[in-house]
Amino acid sequence: MNKARRNPFNIAAMHGALIVYTLIALFPVFVILINSFKTRKAIFREPLSLPDAESFSMIGYQTVMKQGDFFLYFQNSMIVTVASLFFILLFGAMAAFALSEYRFRGNTLMGLYLALGIMIPIRIGTVAILEMMVATGLVNTLWALILVYTAQGLPLAVFILSEFMRQVSDDLKNAGRIDGLSEYTIFFRLVLPLVRPAMATVAVFNMIPIWNDLWFPLILAPAEETKTLTLGSQVFIGQFVTDWNAVLSALSMAILPVMVLYVIFSRQLIRGITSGAVK
Amino acid sequence: MTALKLTNVCKSFGQVEVLKNIDLTVEESEFVVFVGPSGCGKSTLLRVIAGLEDATSGTVEIDGETVNETPPAMRGIAMVFQSYALYPHLTVKGNMALGLKQAGHPKDEIERRIAEASRMLSLEPYLERRPAELSGGQRQRVAIGRAIVRNPKLFLFDEPLSNLDAALRMNTRVEIANLHRQLSASMIYVTHDQTEAMTLADKIAVLRDGRVEQVGSPMELYNNPANRFVAEFIGSPSMNLVPAELIGRSAGEFVGIRPEYARLGEAGDLKGTVVHVEKLGGDTNVLIDIGADKPFTARAFGQYEIEPGAQIGIDYDPAKCFSFGSDGARL
Repeated sequence: MNKARRNPFNIAAMHGALIVYTLIALFPVFVILINSFKTRKAIFREPLSLPDAESFSMIGYQTVMKQGDFFLYFQNSMIVTVASLFFILLFGAMAAFALSEYRFRGNTLMGLYLALGIMIPIRIGTVAILEMMVATGLVNTLWALILVYTAQGLPLAVFILSEFMRQVSDDLKNAGRIDGLSEYTIFFRLVLPLVRPAMATVAVFNMIPIWNDLWFPLILAPAEETKTLTLGSQVFIGQFVTDWNAVLSALSMAILPVMVLYVIFSRQLIRGITSGAVK
Repeated sequence: MTALKLTNVCKSFGQVEVLKNIDLTVEESEFVVFVGPSGCGKSTLLRVIAGLEDATSGTVEIDGETVNETPPAMRGIAMVFQSYALYPHLTVKGNMALGLKQAGHPKDEIERRIAEASRMLSLEPYLERRPAELSGGQRQRVAIGRAIVRNPKLFLFDEPLSNLDAALRMNTRVEIANLHRQLSASMIYVTHDQTEAMTLADKIAVLRDGRVEQVGSPMELYNNPANRFVAEFIGSPSMNLVPAELIGRSAGEFVGIRPEYARLGEAGDLKGTVVHVEKLGGDTNVLIDIGADKPFTARAFGQYEIEPGAQIGIDYDPAKCFSFGSDGARL
């Protein structure tokens, strides 16, 4: 360990900076949480005070439960996010494996083409996407959202994963080939476990924008039975009147599942099982 | 019976020709070493034999069958890699069993073969461990074990010792030599280390720039090198190439004198200044500036006190010298 890291002043400064950053990052979440448990008046009178016996109220949560089918929205958001992540990771990893492993004509060009999507926002094509969904009869289905999000997430996934796949030892894959493993077995059993940290990174990067998206649910799947959580919460925000209790309660509940998913993936980020495979 | 026969094998990546018309045979239970400087194509040749790369042209025959179109797993070969390439998620036992399971061998036979291989390599205490829990030498033994259980017609080793430290390298080298005696299997071994090549091989193939420069037993190559490249490559320290004009012969030619055949003394055909002395205990390497591009290395057996800067004469036996033309060919 170097000297700078042993110095107590440096340690204090480092932790101080990290604590300040954590506080700043968590503050909005904290305000949302405490205010979701307060009466409407208390929210406006003292937005930063904790709920006490007088100001405590579950009215927000009650409104949310009564209004619309909140659990259905929840379920829709969950299905869309998990399915999109699954397809992004599966197809992204497969494309990345092909690009990094096989020599074929136009390999680099194909890689560039697949990465192009990072630079072009998918929302530019909203009208065309909507027309396509209408033509295929997918409007107001969860599939519409899953397909769009998969397309949106793939470029970055292919880009990041192919970099990582190049680092996987060739010898390991060749050892598998000599042992008679098929290319699919090599991909699923040898390569995927080794790029798990990269997969987790891609998953986290994609998960949050998908969960929070309002644009595509509003345009492609606004029907009651396909509403996502974010879209469902919008009913409380009106042009003239906003039911803040309900909005804050809905947001508080929406945080939970993302947090659970994040914890699952971040464990993968830390765990490294590559040690000992080669050298 | 020939274990391997290469006929006119060429391999190019795009415009770059990596292997040029390689012809080679490996006899049954022969230990053949491919040796050469890095980038000479020796690993590529091994990968072509293994089927991990396709030959651009020419035929590869293993055990009398043309295998150009056969996938690696069906060629009856086993390969040991430089980086071990163990499956990180499997135990030592699982690593050795995978290939056999894939080929559909019955369970009791797999058990029997693993028991035999782990006994030969003294891996029994580690069978349930994962590669991450093993030392470098143990990992390499597991990689060798994984090759043995397949009971292949041909073993392929791709620089298996270059990740090990010097002491372990020596031990493992002896182990591989023992293994070859016990199994009496055909083996091909790729290395850039000429000591490994000399000590292990029945037959050495020296490669340069994708061509086989010479094939022969270690002593044949040492005593009778076909050209200047082989002469310099085989032997340690490497052969001295003295410009012929320094000893009164036609310019442009070179005279090759092995360090161990040079005698130091007052007199001698060559004279020079000592620039450096390496004392190894058993013998002493003396580097002498004789006015050529590279200093002349003389290997004296025993311990000598020679100071850099001293004037010294070099004597040699003309019968043990080699003459090379300006193009590198033996004269």
